[in-house]
Amino acid sequence: MDIIACIKRVPQTAEADVKIDSSGKDIVKDRLQFDMNESDTYALEEAILLKEKFSGSLTVISVGTFDAEDTLRIALAKGADNAIRIKAEDFGELDGYKTAQLLKAVIKDLKHDAIFTGCIATDDYYSQVGVTLAELLGMPHASLVTKIEIDGNTVHAYRELEGGLLEHLAMSLPALFTIQTGINEPRYASLIAIRRAAKKEIKVIGKEEINAEDIVSFSSLEKLFTPPVGERAEILSGTLDEIGTRVQGIVKEKGLL
Amino acid sequence: MAEIFALVEHRQGAVRDITYELLTCGRKLATAQNTKLTALVFASPADKIVESIQERADRIIVMEHGVFENFNAEIYQLALRDILEKEKPHVTLIGHTAFGYDLCPALGAEMGIPFATDCLDIEFTGSRLRVTRSVYDGKLDAHVLLKEHTSYLVTLRSGCFTPEEVSLATEVVKQESPVTEQPEYRKFVDYIEAAVGEVDITKADIIVSVGRGIKEQANLPVMEEFATAIGGVLSCSRPVVDAGWLPKDRQVGSSGKTVKPKLYIALGISGAFQHIVGMKGADTIIAVNKDPNAPIFNEADYGIVEDLFKVVPVLKEKILDAKKLKG
Ligand SMILES: Cc1cc2nc3c(=O)[nH]c(=O)nc-3n(C[C@H](O)[C@H](O)[C@H](O)COP(=O)(O)OP(=O)(O)OC[C@H]3O[C@@H](n4cnc5c(N)ncnc54)[C@H](O)[C@@H]3O)c2cc1C
Repeated sequence: MDIIACIKRVPQTAEADVKIDSSGKDIVKDRLQFDMNESDTYALEEAILLKEKFSGSLTVISVGTFDAEDTLRIALAKGADNAIRIKAEDFGELDGYKTAQLLKAVIKDLKHDAIFTGCIATDDYYSQVGVTLAELLGMPHASLVTKIEIDGNTVHAYRELEGGLLEHLAMSLPALFTIQTGINEPRYASLIAIRRAAKKEIKVIGKEEINAEDIVSFSSLEKLFTPPVGERAEILSGTLDEIGTRVQGIVKEKGLL
Repeated sequence: MAEIFALVEHRQGAVRDITYELLTCGRKLATAQNTKLTALVFASPADKIVESIQERADRIIVMEHGVFENFNAEIYQLALRDILEKEKPHVTLIGHTAFGYDLCPALGAEMGIPFATDCLDIEFTGSRLRVTRSVYDGKLDAHVLLKEHTSYLVTLRSGCFTPEEVSLATEVVKQESPVTEQPEYRKFVDYIEAAVGEVDITKADIIVSVGRGIKEQANLPVMEEFATAIGGVLSCSRPVVDAGWLPKDRQVGSSGKTVKPKLYIALGISGAFQHIVGMKGADTIIAVNKDPNAPIFNEADYGIVEDLFKVVPVLKEKILDAKKLKG
């Protein structure tokens, strides 16, 4: 089985101080840590598990700048056979639609029985690249998948809906799945594997191979701004003991003792 | 003027709340553009669904066929394409739900219609459409302009529009479904209900909820003891379930449980909107987070900007003291 996994390198912003840069359209990145997008780590793991079970090849692809090669190398160390970077720097501002077209331009020439992507990227939050890519490639898809079982020619895909309800689908391959977190236990790459992956070649594809004029976007970022704050929490200040006493008062007042 | 369309979302026979929000947003856009609002119902049976949204749109287009009983993105895409090609609406609104996730990007890509997903607000600026989105883990918002076109697709985040009661004279129009069977390559089989656990967090008055900030599974017992000591139960955010530290029935949020306790104490939870929708109905929310800019502080009543491991023992002691005094 030939499998493709699409991964993205994103800044880790959940615990960081996120500042807008002077262009007003990007964030200040120099003090942020970058890593593989969370749901992509699960998509990659699912791809590796499938490859291990059915044998075949696994190719990982990322649309990104040079640094994305670090992320691709982690994927190689975990078990991918080939890695391709599509040079983001060659194609200007990217929206989800443009990213999907770039991926399509490369994937259409590769053998693929199954494609895996994450269900959402934690930087732009679009959650659209996987489903768009499936449509552009003319293949069926299932998004937000939390369980996959292959039974002969039938793939049972389970999509997670609101409230944790699962939608059970019977599909055929080739198909694309956008993977939700929690579907598996992503492995860690061993140090030896990371060292070995450092020497592997990463194929780089840019505007020489893909005609930038054929790639259009559907949207452009106008500006970033700090979200308007509504009624914010009253921040309890003072020593820990004083804060504790305040909470004690709140609990008492609400009749919760 | 081309119309505004809103796709009615339903599951297991009932209209979903997002539908009313889409219709409210749609009415805002229709008023701004001096045009009409049309709701699209693909269902089987359709009567009850149509009845639930009567008077909320100028027109309801109904396609009634067995294939629409359960959502299947492939079938909805075929039906929508049929209608959009004929009617050419200006904007079509879809929920940013598991349903919209699966449908909108494929439809937009197939028809070449610019689309934007997970939008908090939408406005026209001249002939273009501007959407507001939340990015970087909810730390920033973005204004995004869609490429100039005659038609747009937008998925709307739930909870951004408060449904309003309106009484429009609604015209109901029936149309034939262009699809009559499920495609071989993607068939809906069934729904599988979430497993029921031993503790029902939706019934608790006091909830202590832990997030990725608790760092490792080994820290869980201390949190559980805290919850029990103050007479509450332990719940969590999604990453705690993903890691296998707590079962799925303890997860609060859009893909977990919706809780409405008297007191919700959030420990090391950043406040992603998928979490917030599950707990914003709590009477009192106290959030402990070491990041002063964590979005959870926009939802909480009281905030403690501190290391949760220092705060928990103090809160436990203080609340236990008060309990003892009360006898
Ligand atoms: C379709 C979909 C459905 C989803 N459904 C849900 C859902 O139902 N429920 C849900 O919760 N999420 C859901 N999510 C995931 C959601 O988007 C967030 O990723 C998740 O809620 C983040 O969990 P968290 O706040 O625990 O972790 P993080 O966002 O990583 O936040 C951890 C927080 O802990 C704080 N922290 C760290 N250490 C300490 C310390 N020592 N003391 C104090 N604070 C500390 C940090 O400052 C940070 O704010 C869903 C996502 C998608 C795409």
